[in-house]
Amino acid sequence: MEQKNDKKECSNCKKDKFLKELFDTYLPQKDNLIQMLNEAQEHYGYIPMYVQEELSQYLKIPMAEIYGVVTFYSRFSLKPKGKYNISVCLGTACYVKGSQKIMDRLQEKLGIKPGETTKDGLFSIEETRCVGACGLAPVFTVNGEVYGKATVQKLDQVIDELMSH
Amino acid sequence: MEKNLINLTIDDQKVTVPEGTTILNAAKQVGIDIPTLCFLKDINEVGDCRMCIVEVEGRRGFATSCIQTVEEGMVVHTHTPNVLEARHVILDLIISNHAKDCLTCTRSGNCELQALATKFNVLNVEFPGEMTKHKIDDLSPSIVRDFNKCILCRRCVAACKNVQQIGAIDCINRGFESCISTFGDNSLNDVNCTFCGQCIEACPTGALHEKETINDVWVKLKDPDAYVIVQTAPAVRVALGEEFGMPIGTNVKGKMITALKRLGFDKVFDTNTGADFTIMEEATEFIERFKENDNLPMITSCSPGWVKFIEMNYPELLPHLSSCKSPHQMFGAICKTYFAEKQNIDPKKIYMVSVMPCIAKKFESKRPEMENDGLRNVDNVITTRELARMIKQANIEFEKLEDSQFDDPMEEATGAGAIFGTTGGVMEAALRTAQDILSGKDLEKIDFKQVRNSKGIKRATVNIAGKDLNVVIASGLANARKILEEIKEGKADYQFVEIMACPGGCIMGGGQPIKSSKIRSELDIRKLRSNALYTIDEKSVIRKSHENPTLQKIYKEYLGKPGGHLAHKLLHSAKGDGLFWHDYKNK
Amino acid sequence: MKTLQELHKIREEKRKELELRVNTKTDTREKHILVCHGTGCTSSKSPQILENFKKIIKEKNIQNVRVIKTGCFGLCAKGPIVIIRPEDTFYANCTPEDCEEIIQSHIIEGKIVERLLAKDIDGSKVKSLDELSFYKKQMRIALKNCGIINPENIDEYIAFDGYRALERVLKEMFPEEVIDIIKKSGLRGRGGAGFPTGKKWELTRQSDGIQKYVVCNADEGDPGAFMDRSILEGDPHSVLEAMAIAGYSIGANKGFIYVRAEYPIAVQRLKIAIKQAEDYGILGKNIFDTDFCFDIEIRLGAGAFVCGEETALLESIEGKRGQPRVKPPYPAQSGLWGKPTLINNVETYANITQIILKGAEWFSSIGTENSKGTKVFALGGNVNNIGLVEVPMGTTLREIVYDIGGGIPNGRDFKAAQTGGPSGGCIPKEHLDTPIDYESLKTIGSMMGSGGLIVMDDTKCMVSLAKFYLQFTVSESCGKCTPCRIGTKRMLEILEKLCSGEGEELDIYKLEKLAVNIQKSSICGLGQSAPNPVISTLKYFRDEFRQHAIAKECRALECKAMAKIAIDPEKCKGCGLCQKHCPVNAISGEGREKRTIDQEKCIKCGTCLASCPFHAIGN
Repeated sequence: MEQKNDKKECSNCKKDKFLKELFDTYLPQKDNLIQMLNEAQEHYGYIPMYVQEELSQYLKIPMAEIYGVVTFYSRFSLKPKGKYNISVCLGTACYVKGSQKIMDRLQEKLGIKPGETTKDGLFSIEETRCVGACGLAPVFTVNGEVYGKATVQKLDQVIDELMSH
Repeated sequence: MEKNLINLTIDDQKVTVPEGTTILNAAKQVGIDIPTLCFLKDINEVGDCRMCIVEVEGRRGFATSCIQTVEEGMVVHTHTPNVLEARHVILDLIISNHAKDCLTCTRSGNCELQALATKFNVLNVEFPGEMTKHKIDDLSPSIVRDFNKCILCRRCVAACKNVQQIGAIDCINRGFESCISTFGDNSLNDVNCTFCGQCIEACPTGALHEKETINDVWVKLKDPDAYVIVQTAPAVRVALGEEFGMPIGTNVKGKMITALKRLGFDKVFDTNTGADFTIMEEATEFIERFKENDNLPMITSCSPGWVKFIEMNYPELLPHLSSCKSPHQMFGAICKTYFAEKQNIDPKKIYMVSVMPCIAKKFESKRPEMENDGLRNVDNVITTRELARMIKQANIEFEKLEDSQFDDPMEEATGAGAIFGTTGGVMEAALRTAQDILSGKDLEKIDFKQVRNSKGIKRATVNIAGKDLNVVIASGLANARKILEEIKEGKADYQFVEIMACPGGCIMGGGQPIKSSKIRSELDIRKLRSNALYTIDEKSVIRKSHENPTLQKIYKEYLGKPGGHLAHKLLHSAKGDGLFWHDYKNK
Repeated sequence: MKTLQELHKIREEKRKELELRVNTKTDTREKHILVCHGTGCTSSKSPQILENFKKIIKEKNIQNVRVIKTGCFGLCAKGPIVIIRPEDTFYANCTPEDCEEIIQSHIIEGKIVERLLAKDIDGSKVKSLDELSFYKKQMRIALKNCGIINPENIDEYIAFDGYRALERVLKEMFPEEVIDIIKKSGLRGRGGAGFPTGKKWELTRQSDGIQKYVVCNADEGDPGAFMDRSILEGDPHSVLEAMAIAGYSIGANKGFIYVRAEYPIAVQRLKIAIKQAEDYGILGKNIFDTDFCFDIEIRLGAGAFVCGEETALLESIEGKRGQPRVKPPYPAQSGLWGKPTLINNVETYANITQIILKGAEWFSSIGTENSKGTKVFALGGNVNNIGLVEVPMGTTLREIVYDIGGGIPNGRDFKAAQTGGPSGGCIPKEHLDTPIDYESLKTIGSMMGSGGLIVMDDTKCMVSLAKFYLQFTVSESCGKCTPCRIGTKRMLEILEKLCSGEGEELDIYKLEKLAVNIQKSSICGLGQSAPNPVISTLKYFRDEFRQHAIAKECRALECKAMAKIAIDPEKCKGCGLCQKHCPVNAISGEGREKRTIDQEKCIKCGTCLASCPFHAIGN
């Protein structure tokens, strides 16, 4: 917003079309950082280190600060998520309806904790706070698709099915 | 413009202060010392730690006295039972997540957290619990980070990001997992840190300190085969006394030399002589480049944090850098060649120790280009703080020492060498020599007061031998960046630039005695230390580097002309020829 | 670009066309099938329902029927919801497969599909929305257009008085007059603390500075609250219009909407709305041929609850970590990039146009003495009618839970309601009749918050609930100030100790001491209110804490480490159902023998409890 910089050369832009488009879309203003990170997260599924370095060059923000921003917001991740990203809603409405049990079962079944990815890269799990489907509580989502009125049995079914694919 | 005056009451005392004064400073005026932790004057004024909370009548919740300003008629209470209990709890919480190994901490006795724990008589931790765990990062040659002792005051981050505008470190993660770290959680060695050490000076606890190397010195001192020479930088003598309780700005040169001799060094020399060499070389280089209009402005190269900075951030501007080594490296090279030859000592046996106000010099001494004929110019760099520790460990009662002189044959240094330790000093010293060389006369006018103020960037036009010369002096890397941007944009209308990495110059270096936030608020440390250097200069018999008889002798007997072949080999580095930091890292 | 005359024409014509949406007596052959596209219904396939309707209508070549996507109707528990206007038939829990029947029976044959009608609390089937007791005590101001208009069509918004308030303000009023109306209306911030909105506008107007900003806080992060989302999804233009009015009043020409990236539908609809408003010249330069210019930009959050705190939100808009600033100075004096900034939340803005059009007196006639107007609550938890309700301030909790919410399912008892999310507190049974407004909630130890209202039945453990909220706060604390960063973590550790049966009485004292001091010394609202769930549960359910600490028991059986599940031999009839359901084979006994539980094997999952028809299993 405040300062307008000259656009800088981006060494990765040649091989990474997305980055080029990103830099074409956004002016090099510091306040665009979070918007650009959001887009990168959408595109890559995580925020690769070289993207952070390029953003640092482009927006003239120290790399440590960018890393600080990335690690602050829970939407951004430093590692790729699994093919199936399962998130369990731990919002109050879902919690009251027993979503913690779903979460416990999920961790037990996949052997990973929230924020982690299984070794085969198939599953990752995370906690979310309210996806807005409180009428269906408790809910979990697989790659954004909502499974409402969830039970441990239903979860097992869904995972078994995904595993057999 | 005169500011409005505000009347308020603090702990039943009436106070009148200018508008905009913080509650903390207003309290100071009536002798009330509100405790702080994250507060560092002009550097970190954010109110994070909550130690400075006070009660203001009519206000919901506590006020943050370190940043909130006074209002007319305000009634402040700094130690109500509520405030005291809250402070106790906050302190307890900080300690509950702090490695409590005071006995094995470098900052024991000079730790702001420890002092508060004593003040509040914390006898046990009321709210113990999980502690965050961090690996100690000791991979760099200069800085050790032990974040198990970090209290997240963020003074280091402010020093790095706001004062120096480097941003090598920042706060990462969130909530209880928050910590100060680097990009990708890497070692400081692998990121854009310049090793200026301003973070260490800012740290209230032992989370940041220099990489100590005094053990190697002790071993060499007892090694009969080693010929151990020590040299001390100009800024060390005006700060070392602080570690022994003397007032800031006390010149303890004589006692320091006596102590070093008692420690068992074979020779105690003065880096000021090295500084005189630097001036000879740099002034000569400048005059040549000035005549040829070759890569002007020329920029000084004696501050290794600054050199690392330009290498990392503006490699394209490296040709502007002087090729001179820093004074202690020059002096090391002279000791291991000329001096060894004169004294008939095997240069391989010489162990050169530099006592420096600087931790970047530790890094510098390990740079590949800092050697000649297979011998390192300097073998070990210790800081002012480390020297003080050695003196204490050797059971020397420093305060009671007699004065002594630096050793022959290089005891004589000039006032010009002394002021190297403060911002503007290198420029002034160089100008003194340059004007004599250019005019061919011994000029009387040697004080360049226009370069002596406390500003971060000083610009002056000096007339030397009939020519107007525009010079710029910058201290602190944020200011350095401004100058480099000017040069890059082609806006530089100046010919000679002095840059020092630390704000205020070497006297405020990262290896100097650490002063608490309170002292930094109350005293102008930079001014006290630099005044001491200017006093040394004024009292010096010889105040121009080229008039240093030792120097004249060495050039005559050994080096030949300043800037000549041998001088170049020993006293200049290959900087600007592609030996950048990145290459250094990959080797 | 549209001239004012063109806009007036659109309003007039469109309004006639849409009369059937609000008037069941409309004399028309046309029918509108409204399909709820709020997040709740969308996630149970309402877009597919919409598509199916369209397909079938096309296939059968039916005339005079339109299918419209709308915002949230509010009764999420009965979603996906389909409403047919003008007769106002309310179909609940529809599936894509039901479309065929609805079209055939309702539209073609004129017969209501009985099996899809929503059931009311008493089990009776209701034909229209207005008949549902869920809607009877509601009063819709902020939600007035939600479920009625297509949020992606600006003309429909204009038809229902949209942008008339902005026109009136720009053409007929001085900024001070606007502020005066807002002040007189008594409107207070709907985001939590309840600061008088008009006063906030006035302070921002009075601050020095040429550049000022208007910000809409749409970072609704309270778990279990979705009022703001529903407004943005159902009626985005009402927020844009109010922001422009605010901009005119305080002297700002730039607005930002900070919205959670977790609300993709809301973001999408806002983007569409801004584009449409710009195309019509309602946003941009020289709006309605006046000197007033106003632009709105969307900024996405990235998953940090603390960014709902106004100064953290500002930091985040500036591209930084969302760490709050110490106040004062307040944003009205020094906000975005140090410039005076007005921040209001979505629901607050959603009231503005109505106040301008209907007057301050009308608005202030609703509600209680110090809390005017209505409040939207997201009703959730152990209550029959989960959904979004808007009621006049002063409505009692009992009315909301029982009359609107339809009471507690499974014949359970009400234990407590939680308002204000992680910053609020629990309201026990004895306060069910408290009229809800800002002050009364504060008095009984809770707060309005943004409007999450979670009902809990008697199977809920209050210590666990406190732990749940502290878990939330700990993971959402920004880490800037000591009390919140370390203090909330220590509180959570103590609660975990209590819940695992390792607590002691001293822990309760420690909890209280921490709570009080964190409240008083934290920098921002998050830290200052983080202890509230503990303080209020301690206030009303202290015995439960003591049971956990001293007797090491959790009567609600939620704290598994302490639970000892046993079968009462008196009541056991030996049916074996519990045995059949036990996932770990911990129950033994054969035939008609009384069953026993092997405590070693038991994992305290509670499955047997739920399966016993004789209530023979318990603590």
